[in-house]
Amino acid sequence: MSAARRATGVVGELLITAGVVVLLFVGYQLVWTNVQADRVAAEKIDSLEQTWQEEPPTKPDVQTIRDGDAFAILRIPRLGQNYRVPIVQGVSLEDLATGVGHYPDTAMPGEVGNFSVAGHRATNGEPFAYLDQLNKGDAVVVETGTTWFTYRVTDEYIVPPTQVGVILPVPNEPGVEPRKKLMTLTTCNPRWASYERLIFHAKLIDELSKGDGVRPDALGGGA
Amino acid sequence: MYAWLWRHLPGPTAVRVVIALALFVAVVAVLFLWVFPWVEPRLPFTDVTVDESASAAGLGWRL
Repeated sequence: MSAARRATGVVGELLITAGVVVLLFVGYQLVWTNVQADRVAAEKIDSLEQTWQEEPPTKPDVQTIRDGDAFAILRIPRLGQNYRVPIVQGVSLEDLATGVGHYPDTAMPGEVGNFSVAGHRATNGEPFAYLDQLNKGDAVVVETGTTWFTYRVTDEYIVPPTQVGVILPVPNEPGVEPRKKLMTLTTCNPRWASYERLIFHAKLIDELSKGDGVRPDALGGGA
Repeated sequence: MYAWLWRHLPGPTAVRVVIALALFVAVVAVLFLWVFPWVEPRLPFTDVTVDESASAAGLGWRL
């Protein structure tokens, strides 16, 4: 076999190898990261509910909470009756691989201001994969150790990724003193390209103490 | 390249097949556990936050 033919053979094998590696990466992103993230998210929800049962639950405190800690559970009935995602503190990629991430400098659930969270629309558990199906008026329910908070979607729009104003206490109005209790959800748009951000604002419409053992109307009410 | 590798694996064919499979699994494990997690944040697919330093150009490369 001549040297040229041998070199061609090696190049061909390298190209095939590169193709297999790219396919493996697709499998990693589309399957592996979701399997991993779903497992971690389920564990976080279990341990959160266990903690709430064992010790008298307290309001999540922004002073003591650490990055990566889960402190609430997000439910969005429009995305399914069994849709449950832990809300963790922080929006680093590690945090977002375990649930929906809370922007640390924004309000906590139920507070005056803008409780803002980010979630993956594709890969790593993709909790916000179908967030675009959310309509104005849809309920977004946040469960903490003590309280059910029900928000209702008021606005939906798309912004460039640098538009940090959407998570200000009064969205897109720097320096304005907040009076309303808002929530903001951010995710990437379009789903597989991520050069924009899909934004939802919601406002608090109901606050229900868990001591009464009743679920919020948005989840069908009842005990 | 792979033919060269095959020639240099020891033992009869059955043993070589086992060794080759083990090598393949080892390479895939290295990719999944170290290489891909390193590559992932450098690709734009996982950017979901609003961030002043985010790339507005659209590719999202953050090398």
